[in-house]
Amino acid sequence: MTASSPEFVPGPKIKEPRIVSGRVRPGAEQWSWRFMRLSGPVLVVLILTHLFVNLMTGDGISQIDFAFVAGKWAAPLWQWWDFLMLALAMLHGGNGMRLLINDYAHRAWLNKTLHGALGVAVLGIIVLGSLVIWTFDPCPIDADPSLLPSFCEDVR
Amino acid sequence: MTATAESPAVGEVQAMLVTLRILRSKPEGSDDHAPGEQYWQEFQVEAHATDRVLDALHKIKWEQDGSLAFRRSCAHGVCGSDAMRINARNRLACKTLLKDLNPAKPIIVEPIKGLPVEKDLIVDMEPFFASYREIMPFLMTTGNAPTRERLQSPEERARFDDTTKCIMCAACTTSCPVFWTDGQYFGPQAIVGAHRFIFDSRDEGQWDRLEVLNDKAGVWKCRTAFNCTEACPRGIEVTKAISEVKKALTTGAI
Ligand code: HEM
Ligand code: FES
Repeated sequence: MTASSPEFVPGPKIKEPRIVSGRVRPGAEQWSWRFMRLSGPVLVVLILTHLFVNLMTGDGISQIDFAFVAGKWAAPLWQWWDFLMLALAMLHGGNGMRLLINDYAHRAWLNKTLHGALGVAVLGIIVLGSLVIWTFDPCPIDADPSLLPSFCEDVR
Repeated sequence: MTATAESPAVGEVQAMLVTLRILRSKPEGSDDHAPGEQYWQEFQVEAHATDRVLDALHKIKWEQDGSLAFRRSCAHGVCGSDAMRINARNRLACKTLLKDLNPAKPIIVEPIKGLPVEKDLIVDMEPFFASYREIMPFLMTTGNAPTRERLQSPEERARFDDTTKCIMCAACTTSCPVFWTDGQYFGPQAIVGAHRFIFDSRDEGQWDRLEVLNDKAGVWKCRTAFNCTEACPRGIEVTKAISEVKKALTTGAI
């Protein structure tokens, strides 16, 4: 082929088209981006309030024991609070890690494996954590009474 | 007394010795280095503080080692050929004065990062241009062409004035940490190129371009690192332009 032949196109020849970004889920990355910016500020409020209530109010850091946690989870407010904190932190952190995996894991199998492991970890921790929050029994029958919150005496 | 032609000492700039440490490579290799292997080589040149890095590179190429490869064309910051990584920052060699670099220490010169190196300071720009082509950098209109020029108010022009300054030197794209690692990301320059048309009142292809940038490899990969804004030799507010494109996508309003 010479410069005068009809199929000649000036300029450097394009190698393999570089961008094979499939438009599989249009807008998915946009929702991921929105979610990070929405969940971030919500997490600030959730986490700072959590830390303040646990560490600054009452007897501060020395109040935290089984009875303290049991007392909090007896109230639906704190159950929902902790559930939201758990779910949002895991989804936010998990989505952030997904971005990092996409940045660095280029080989298809590695990318798939890491995404799979991440998904299992995120879902597993949300499920296990939710189980603890929602099925928590503050007054187990055979526990040492001195470790239990005061209201357990009425339950027995 | 005013300085005259008879008193050359007035305002004379002292010559000095500067060292350049250049990251080199040769596709054909040499006795000491495998093909494509990168290695550092130091050169000493006599230069003035007001000389540019490009002048020092010229001195090396013309007087010491003709095999040193780098791109330049206009030598005045217009063509965008000579972006390189100088003292760990992307700059144009033709716009960087030695006196602004602490010439007492060796000046480190590397090819821009994230694009395949072809030789010494020359990289393969094709992936960079491919991204630019992808955002369709040309006027898109419908209907018959008007018989006179397409008019626009100064306010309409002001919306994309900043991004018209781009000289496609790739300093921004190759300063972006996402571009370094990702391999898919369009990079800041392609978004700047798209911004220039998206916010142009005469153009009608905004949503075609926005759809391309809404993609996996598009604007959502940007993590607001601001490296691009710092690197731009034209002073374009690159990160701001990217954010305006994101905003157009999230609000649906241009
Ligand atoms: C405390 C309040 C928090 C705020 C305001 C916040 C905000 C953000 C924002 C806006 C992003 C997106 C960055 C970007 O795409 O440019 C992000 C990314 C990320 N966040 Fe958070 N976040 C918070 C808490 C958390 C927590 C608790 C975790 C871990 C469980 C976490 C893990 C991550 C990770 C891994 C990334 C991805 C980093 C990256 O893209 O380079 N964040 N965060
Ligand atoms: S040589 Fe043209 S921009 Fe520097």
